[in-house]
Amino acid sequence: MRNVNLTIDGINVTVPENYTILQAAATVGINIPALCYEPGLEIVSACRLCIVEVEGVNKLQTSCSIVVQDGMVVNTETEKIKNARKDILQLLLDNHPNDCLTCQKAGECLLQDAAYKYGVVFREHDGARKAGKVFDNSSPYIIKNDTKCILCGKCVRTCAEVSDRQVLTFANRGFDTKIAADANMSLEESTCVSCNRCVAVCPVGALLDRRFSGKARTWEGQVEEVQCKVCEYGCMFEVLSKNGKRVAVRAKKPIVGRPLCLKGRMTTEFLYLDNPDTTYKKVDGKFVEASWEETMGLEGILEKLLKQNENEKIESEEK
Amino acid sequence: MITMKDLEIIKKNTLPKIALRHNDTKEDESVFKKQVLICRGTGCTSSKSDKIEKKFRNILDEKGMTEDVDVVRTGCFGLCEAGPVVVVYPEGTFYSHIDLEDVETIVDSDLTNNEVVKDLLYKGAIEDDVIKAIDEVQFYAKQERIALKNCGMIDPECIEEYIAYDGYVALYKALTEMTPDEVTAEMKESGLRGRGGGGFPAGLKWEFTANATGDIKYVLCNADEGDPGAFMDRSILEGDPHSVIEAMELAGYAIGSEQGYVYIRAEYPIAVQRLQIAIDQAKERGLLGKNIFGTGFNFDLEIRLGAGAFVCGEETALIASIEGERGMPRNKPPFPANKGLWQKPTLINNVETYANVPQIIRKGAKWFKTYGTEGSPGTKVFALGGKVNNTGLVEIPMGTTLREVVYDIGGGIPGGKKFKAVQTGGPSGGCITADDIDTPIDFENLSAMGSMMGSGGMIVMDEETCMVDIARFYLDFTVEESCGKCTPCREGTKRMLELLEKISEGKGTMADLKRLESLAETIKISSLCGLGQTAPNPVLSTMKYFREEYEAHVKDKKCPAGVCQELLEFHITDNCIGCTKCARNCPVNCIDGKVKEKHIINTEACIKCGNCQTVCPVGAVIKR
Repeated sequence: MRNVNLTIDGINVTVPENYTILQAAATVGINIPALCYEPGLEIVSACRLCIVEVEGVNKLQTSCSIVVQDGMVVNTETEKIKNARKDILQLLLDNHPNDCLTCQKAGECLLQDAAYKYGVVFREHDGARKAGKVFDNSSPYIIKNDTKCILCGKCVRTCAEVSDRQVLTFANRGFDTKIAADANMSLEESTCVSCNRCVAVCPVGALLDRRFSGKARTWEGQVEEVQCKVCEYGCMFEVLSKNGKRVAVRAKKPIVGRPLCLKGRMTTEFLYLDNPDTTYKKVDGKFVEASWEETMGLEGILEKLLKQNENEKIESEEK
Repeated sequence: MITMKDLEIIKKNTLPKIALRHNDTKEDESVFKKQVLICRGTGCTSSKSDKIEKKFRNILDEKGMTEDVDVVRTGCFGLCEAGPVVVVYPEGTFYSHIDLEDVETIVDSDLTNNEVVKDLLYKGAIEDDVIKAIDEVQFYAKQERIALKNCGMIDPECIEEYIAYDGYVALYKALTEMTPDEVTAEMKESGLRGRGGGGFPAGLKWEFTANATGDIKYVLCNADEGDPGAFMDRSILEGDPHSVIEAMELAGYAIGSEQGYVYIRAEYPIAVQRLQIAIDQAKERGLLGKNIFGTGFNFDLEIRLGAGAFVCGEETALIASIEGERGMPRNKPPFPANKGLWQKPTLINNVETYANVPQIIRKGAKWFKTYGTEGSPGTKVFALGGKVNNTGLVEIPMGTTLREVVYDIGGGIPGGKKFKAVQTGGPSGGCITADDIDTPIDFENLSAMGSMMGSGGMIVMDEETCMVDIARFYLDFTVEESCGKCTPCREGTKRMLELLEKISEGKGTMADLKRLESLAETIKISSLCGLGQTAPNPVLSTMKYFREEYEAHVKDKKCPAGVCQELLEFHITDNCIGCTKCARNCPVNCIDGKVKEKHIINTEACIKCGNCQTVCPVGAVIKR
């Protein structure tokens, strides 16, 4: 592929011609804030945080979507852009609970990072906030807290990538827009399979791994990466250790060919955790406790294996 | 297969049936003595013109007059304020506000004895006892009709009448005498600019789409008209649907497309119905479908109904909606010309833009450019409304001044009130004040004044209009219609509305005004689509021209125009005669006073319902 030369914030950059401005900037260490951008997912330019100025173009451009061109001169941190980003962040914070102190996402929240970078803080106001049923803890695997949702739509896009899932969707319009599961059901009632793809890409604390929550702050403990052994896809998981104990497993972001699933995540928990929590399965739209054999799909197999072992033992004893 | 000869035969056979309606075709012997044209646009139909039409037909039938007198259903005449409208030809007698009871009178007097029913005439159609024909009435005299040429003139459900007015001749000309590139070149040459709001040169769009690589291309018509008060696209589809069909075929030929879709809101049932009838008739006549005019050119057209979301008028949201997706705009680039409907090159124009096309191709770009200004050739249809005497659809050459529209065509402001401003461009536009009333209307001038052409809403405001309230009204609309995809529009417009509500309730601060301006700027420069990018315009423009009014709300806690309920007080002046009517009609008993003595309103308890003002026989109750 041909290379393209451009200037970003005064730095000469050479990148392949299919790079976006955002990708090109990253190659020279310029991190343009973006909340709805996710490599591998469709680019939607919805959050508007990644706007930059391109010389010769009147309108501000979203760096996540504009592909580089030879001779392009891009400025990513002008006063105009900084002010717009501050306003956009303020708009997001105005409709977001001030609970970073207790939020599981703190430390790896993109909204928090961006607010930190631009010095935007929560403020008191008596305007409207997200209304209706905003908290869904019907699932033992996922906490869905709409008050924290910034409607970047990554969850919807990643869910749609797996054709037999497509559970999450946008519902309502305008200020009332929200993420709904199926026809506005709880995660429990819906066809959600708890694969946690959405959790892995959520930039804020709106979708959290419930089994991971409360085990440690994101900056505590050690994280080791492991590959799932359940099927040939080999999805990646993180095993979290705290005080020498392995306490939780969570999914890393899905990539093409690694779709993530509940069975894989639970099997990884079983294999690596010192004391894994009870598992649950969905029966007729209700979560019920399940045995590890059921969760890992080992019913029948295990008995057969045990029986086989037994038989072998007897055979060898008979000999 | 239809030929030019067939078109000529249809025209020849139809002319005697329509001869009465036109001065220039009077030499053709008319088969009728009189013709009654009844407006069956949405406005008049909702005032029972459907029943009026039926009654005319029944009575004429009973009296055995149907051979001499013909009843024609037409599209909108434009002067909706006068509806239901009935026009009798050959005289062009212009009856307005017709009731069911008036039908017999018109039949007995005008249609039977040739005596005009003066009492039922439109007020502007009679001056010093001289009766004016409809085209001489002040409202129409200054108009120039291109897009609305056939509206109110033909029966939209009769393809023969469209053909009799040279319909489908442009298509024949293009298919047999012009290459696709020549059609595009003619469009470029005409300088026609998109009438949906943006004003992008239509010919360029055609060229981009024609040059885009792709085996399949689409032609779309944006009939998702959504600006509050604007209804020109509806009227064109209701009054002259074939002009849009013919234009889309021309576009198909020019860009190399065989399939078109008209995206129209389901709230326009009459337009949908007439368009479907027109499509069916065109197919039946071989003017739509396979091998049109034997040239090998194929084109098919289908209707797609929208659920009425304003944002679906944005081209990428419209495309998403046709695809069956949620009506949300997509990022541009890629532009629809390269990747549109189902990722194929797609040409999309709005109804009014298309309505100009057949005449441009038939009469040439040169002819078109004799109208309008250099940068904005042709005409523009506006939906004139608000505080103006003649409300309705007006089509004016670009370059006409606002003064001409408001005073000459619109007949000025009712009650002798003072002109304050005109709002154009609906929720995307802004205000034009008295200072600019003599500026010629075209795309550039409107933008320079901080407004925009938009799809053509034109709301006249008088001194009793509060500009904060107007801004609040439009923001309320935008908040309702935001799709929720991008942050600035979804969250920002809501905050702007909250600030405006605060200000109109007298709770605003100077810091709020500043925040309002800053937010407006951010939303304008950072929103994803045109809806968000233009949503702050009504606020920015009113703040620019009427800042003192905003400050009056904030600093003095007063609404100078006396509109914002929270800020006004009802007060009884010394003119009070002590009749006690106000006190008796007050729902909260907050008016005190003895008989024949001046009454007093306890403003603390007053709920500002305005009953006292309505019932006062001497006008002693005022708002202040």
